[in-house]
Amino acid sequence: MLLRHTTTEIKERKALTVNPAKTCQPVGAMYAALGVHGCLPHSHGSQGCCSYHRSALTRHYKEPVMAATSSFTEGSSVFGGQANLLQAIDNIFTIYEPEIIAVHSTCLSETIGDDLGQIVAKAKDDGKVPEGKHVVQAATPSYVGSHVTGYANMLEAFVKYFSFNTNEKIRQVNMLSGWVEPSDMRELKRMAGLMDLKTVLLPDTSDVLDTPMTGKYTMYPKGGTTVEEITSMGNSMATVAMGDFATRKAAIMLDNKCKVPFKMVDIPIGLKATDRFVQAMALAGKVSVPDVLTEERGRLVDVITDMHQYFYGKRVALYGDPDNLLPLIEFLVDIDMKPVYVVSGTPGKAFSKKALEILAEKVPEAKVQNGASADMYLLHQWIKQEGVDLIMGNTYGKYISRDEGIPFVRTGFPIVDRIGHSYFPTVGYTGGIRILERILGALMDKIDATAPEESFELVM
Amino acid sequence: MPKRDYTNGLPDPAELKEELLKKYPRKVAKKRAKSMVTNNPAESKEILANVRTVPGIITQRGCTYAGCKGVVLGPTRDIINLVHGPIGCSFYAWLTRRNQTRAMEGDPNFITYAFSTDMQDENIVFGGEKKLKEAIREAFENFHPTSIGIFSTCPVGLIGDDVHSVARDMKAELGINIFGFSCEGYRGVSQSAGHHIANNGIFKHVVGNEDRERTGKYQVNLLGEYNIGGDAFEIEALFEEIGVTLISTYSGNSTVESFAYSHTADLNMVMCHRSINYIAEMMEEKYGIPWFKVNFIGAESTAKSLRKMAEYFGDSEMIAKVEEVIAREMLKVKAVAEAVKPKVEGKLAMMFVGGSRAHHYQDLFRELGVKTVSAGYEFAHRDDYEGREVIPSIKIDADTRNIEDLVVTKDDTRYREDLAEKKAKLEESGYEFKDYKGMMPDMQKNALVIDDVNHWETEKLIEFYKPDIFCAGIKEKYVVQKYGVPLKQLHSYDYGGPYAAFGGAINFYKEMERMLATDVWKLVDAPWKHEPEIVGCVTVDA
Ligand code: SF4
Ligand code: SF4
Repeated sequence: MLLRHTTTEIKERKALTVNPAKTCQPVGAMYAALGVHGCLPHSHGSQGCCSYHRSALTRHYKEPVMAATSSFTEGSSVFGGQANLLQAIDNIFTIYEPEIIAVHSTCLSETIGDDLGQIVAKAKDDGKVPEGKHVVQAATPSYVGSHVTGYANMLEAFVKYFSFNTNEKIRQVNMLSGWVEPSDMRELKRMAGLMDLKTVLLPDTSDVLDTPMTGKYTMYPKGGTTVEEITSMGNSMATVAMGDFATRKAAIMLDNKCKVPFKMVDIPIGLKATDRFVQAMALAGKVSVPDVLTEERGRLVDVITDMHQYFYGKRVALYGDPDNLLPLIEFLVDIDMKPVYVVSGTPGKAFSKKALEILAEKVPEAKVQNGASADMYLLHQWIKQEGVDLIMGNTYGKYISRDEGIPFVRTGFPIVDRIGHSYFPTVGYTGGIRILERILGALMDKIDATAPEESFELVM
Repeated sequence: MPKRDYTNGLPDPAELKEELLKKYPRKVAKKRAKSMVTNNPAESKEILANVRTVPGIITQRGCTYAGCKGVVLGPTRDIINLVHGPIGCSFYAWLTRRNQTRAMEGDPNFITYAFSTDMQDENIVFGGEKKLKEAIREAFENFHPTSIGIFSTCPVGLIGDDVHSVARDMKAELGINIFGFSCEGYRGVSQSAGHHIANNGIFKHVVGNEDRERTGKYQVNLLGEYNIGGDAFEIEALFEEIGVTLISTYSGNSTVESFAYSHTADLNMVMCHRSINYIAEMMEEKYGIPWFKVNFIGAESTAKSLRKMAEYFGDSEMIAKVEEVIAREMLKVKAVAEAVKPKVEGKLAMMFVGGSRAHHYQDLFRELGVKTVSAGYEFAHRDDYEGREVIPSIKIDADTRNIEDLVVTKDDTRYREDLAEKKAKLEESGYEFKDYKGMMPDMQKNALVIDDVNHWETEKLIEFYKPDIFCAGIKEKYVVQKYGVPLKQLHSYDYGGPYAAFGGAINFYKEMERMLATDVWKLVDAPWKHEPEIVGCVTVDA
């Protein structure tokens, strides 16, 4: 047994987290910053954090992930990291020549009390920021929130720094994306294109973390939201923000600073969340929904209705991030699956409340927990108490899956043992079909592997 | 740019060095210049190593915590490694180092778990000791371990949490072995500081706790072998066949239980000198156990190491057995080498990794006729480059002083006078102990040796040398491959291996055949790239 010490009996824990269902803020800030063109993320702290975050993202994307670090010493930990950051900014612009440095803090610099804003201002005063270049900063202490919070903080920092309302309204809709894959970002843009909408997507990691093999390495790939685009977001007609945890802050910032009204929707995962996204986009951009999208929707519904017998009543355990889990469990409920266990390490009461609302009618027995001690150990214990037919979550679920013999569909972050997430979207109607295809694949593979010979089926 | 001609030796990299340094601000250039050495095996040259990475530089290095928890204690399965800090540090070190372990059914194995105190705002403000204590209690109630290690991450030292006193209190309360490590990420310049801190902690709190009866005629410890990809399994099998009892490995496929009686060994063999020489030294001082350097990466090195071990014990039966095993295995090894060599000979390799592998793997490449044009370590010290004789002349800086140097004294009752005598006698006949000569004497003239290579330098090195293979870690992997150069990860082995000992050498040769003799890299250009006649046209029939 891989997780041989996990017991069925649950003892209350107040202090110990075992097998977390979240990670820390800076990795989210780093990911968000990679979705801005010409931007080098910078980790203000000791070099270990930066190394870990780059490794985590690299293992997930199988792509170069560049970021610099302030490489704190014992001295900087005592006297503050100002000197380190000033030197870092100077070195980065000299050696790596980015357009933007996106600085995020770490537990260490936050505990010390470094004031990023003040240090960056000093760097500018000292002439360490070349003309036309930018340093954006976000506070991302990991003892608050989770990686999703870091992502949200970095997004907010970008619009706060760059977006301006210059009183020239443009026929453009802002899309603030929650934490999804490059493939998903590409899909969001495609869908907006089908609606004939001019949009700016922030962040946009397509063509950054899914770059083609050309025999040449470019440190700043062609993708990513450009400075001009982020600036122009202040003049857009409206913002559609996907995912409360990851994008609300930036949406509010755009509203407050540039008077661009926003509509919060879920990340368009599954049928209804995509419906709401499409409607929100149509309303925001004052366009009607094109037939091609209605047809895509129809194809998804077709798969749902045709395959219903395989989904019906199947118990599912899920873990991951709030913005991704909420529409996903809604989707599962819509197809008559039963998301019986849901955990997320990301704190915030709104999550459990919303999840329970979604589940109240059709899966009243569901258990939902998030925040402290809502970890994969707890989830596994629940599974041991009463089993499930499917597990959905990041790569770490494979240990539970193998020990318990439960089919497993990878989703979320990180996925380090399979590819595909960078290339095939799970958002939108087409993405919905991909989710169903993978669920069916996992369920049917188990049936094919374990069915008695006499009832082994050829056709589904 | 065409490839350089290496038939008459390596080119002088002076021009490359100049180009690398030109880009840096003056002070940075001055510092980096000292960490780049044009090798000459005939003369000793000083390299600047184990110093701080300049802020803003995109380095390969990680932190002290990573060296302590991730590298040294991570592979040990019967201990709960509780990370005291915010969640991230624990999350990233969760199963990402690929240490294989073989726990019998019913035996404890916590490697698949991540334990954290997940510090929150209020713990940072009001202190985290209470939460840490509670977490230890909960770990004990849930998992019933026999030992718990506490690892401090960056904020812990700053807010004044005393993990050592918490450990003492909880040890008394729960009656199991509990000990803490002050391995905050900023403590040292790299993972290296963490290795030292881990060595100290294990030595202080575990080694010597159990005086187990002897279980074999010849008892050894293997130090600095972390069982990536099953390397340790290969070596274990060899020892078993030869009739040597492996007491403990630090720390691949290991248990704290075995560390506790590892002082009952007759010999310590050191693989990764950088990460573990401290324990070897301390065990010798306290218990009189001699140590020497071995290397099981590369078939020739494996044979040499086995012979040295047999000579140490001086048992003619063992010596014969070793020769028999070498003869048998070498036959298999040679067969594969001969098949692979013609396809890869003369190719160029570079390796920038770790604290010993950049050296060890050159042996394997040499066996295939692949030239190492440039190499360096991520977190080594001068002695790993230049040899242990430079240790007395290494400058002790503030970072080094930061780490406790344990004062170890002779254990009068358990000190092995017999081994000390044996060592003295062997030394008279020219047999060497504590004998690490470092990487540089083994490298070719004009090879460029670079410590703590960074992203900018990596790019330029690739452009200059146009290597056929680059060895480094996960952060470098896809950068280098975008250039069309295959990268072999020498931390994780790209989920391959084992590469140690004879069986491992065969695996590695085959892996090099796969990587160096494939045509997949030639698929990069689309066929129309060189066919300008394919042009767009607006009319249908033109
Ligand atoms: S916080 Fe400190 S201990 Fe944790 S990963 Fe970062 S540098 Fe290492
Ligand atoms: S939790 Fe804090 S200290 Fe640990 S890796 Fe994340 S930012 Fe660094």
